[in-house]
Amino acid sequence: MRNWWKALAIILLVYSIIGGFLIEVPKQVILYESIRNLYFHVPMWFAMITLFFISMIYSIKNLSSSNLKDDRKAIEMVNVGIIFGVLGIATGSIWAKFTWGAFWTNDVKLNGSAITMLIYLAYVILRGSIEDEQKRARIAAVYNIFAFVLLLVFIGILPRMTDSLHPGNGGNPGFNNYDLDNNMKLVFYPAVFGWILFGLWVSNIRIRMANLKEQLLDN
Amino acid sequence: MTTWIALYWIVLIFAATNASIQSFKAESNRQFLYYYSLCSPQAIILSKLFFNAILILLIALINWLFFTVLLSNPLENNLLFSVVLLLGSLGISGILTLISAIAAKTNNNSTLTAILAFPILLPMILTAVKASVLCGLGFGWEDCKDYIMLMGLINVVIIALSYILFPYLWRS
Repeated sequence: MRNWWKALAIILLVYSIIGGFLIEVPKQVILYESIRNLYFHVPMWFAMITLFFISMIYSIKNLSSSNLKDDRKAIEMVNVGIIFGVLGIATGSIWAKFTWGAFWTNDVKLNGSAITMLIYLAYVILRGSIEDEQKRARIAAVYNIFAFVLLLVFIGILPRMTDSLHPGNGGNPGFNNYDLDNNMKLVFYPAVFGWILFGLWVSNIRIRMANLKEQLLDN
Repeated sequence: MTTWIALYWIVLIFAATNASIQSFKAESNRQFLYYYSLCSPQAIILSKLFFNAILILLIALINWLFFTVLLSNPLENNLLFSVVLLLGSLGISGILTLISAIAAKTNNNSTLTAILAFPILLPMILTAVKASVLCGLGFGWEDCKDYIMLMGLINVVIIALSYILFPYLWRS
C-alpha cells in the first residue's frame, strides 16, 4: 500500500465536497450560504502555496547539486500550482460578487494574488526561452526562489500592513476568529489536506511523465 | 494632482527601465571574465545596483524639474515626496538590475526583460503612487509611515535576494 496517500486524497475530497454542501453551517449576515465557499476557496491557496514551496526547495537543491531531475520537479510543481492559483482567483471572484458586489476590486490582496500569478507565468516563459539545459535549470531556479519570496511578501505581508477588504487582512478579523465553528473545522481541515494531497498527486504524475519523455529523447 | 502623479510615475518607469536594462547588456563576455578575476560577484551586483539607483534617482529629479517647469508643482509635501523617490529608485533599481542579469543570460532578449520585470515592479509602484498621493495632499510622516515602511521592506527583501542569488547566475 505505498499509494495510500492517493486513496486518502480521494476520500478526503469526496468527504469535503459532500460535507461541504450538506453539513450545517453557522448563519451569517451578508455571507449566508456562500460561507460554504470557504471549503473550496481557501484550500486552493493552501495547495498552491504548498506546491510553490516544495518547488522552491527543489530549486535550492538544484542550485547546490545541478541535478536536472530537481529542475523538472520544480517546473511541474509550478505548473500545477498555477492551476490552483487560477482556481483560487476564480472561486474568490465568485465569492466577492455575492459579498462585496463586484467580481474584482482594486484590493491589495487581490492585486497581490494576480501579480503572483503573473510572476509565475513569467517563470514558465523564462524557462521556455533558454535552450541549454544546465543553464536553463540554474537561471530558472534563481528566478523561482526570487518568485517565492516575493509571493510571501505580496500575498502574506503587504495586505496585512495596508488597508484590505479581504478577511484576515488590513485589520479585518479572519474566519477562524468567530465563525469557523467546530462543525466547519470538521470539513475545512480535511478539505485543505485533501486538496494539498491531490495537488501533489497531479504534480507527481506530471514529473513522472517529464522523466519518461527525457528518457525517450535520450535513447 | 492625481493625474500629475500618475503621469510622473509612468514617465519615470519607462525612463528607468530603459536606463538600467543596459547594465548587463553593455558588457561583453570577455569583460565579464575579466571582472570575474578581479572581484567577488557580490561586489559586482551591489555596485551595479547602487549605480543604477543613483542613475534612476537622477532621472527622477530631472523628471520632477521638467514637470515643475511645464506643468507646475502641485505637491504640498515636497520633502516626503523626495523620500518616496529615494526609496522608489532604490527598489526599481534592485528589481531591474537582477532581472537584467537574468535576461543577459538569455541572449539579451528585451521582451523577456519586460515580462519578467513588470509584475515584480507593480506592487512597488502601486505603493509608491499611494504614498505620493498622500504627499501631494499634504499629509505628513504620520499618515505616510505605513507606505514608506512597506517600500523599505520591499527594498530590503529585493537587495538581500540579489545579494544571495547573483553568484549562482554569475557562475555560468
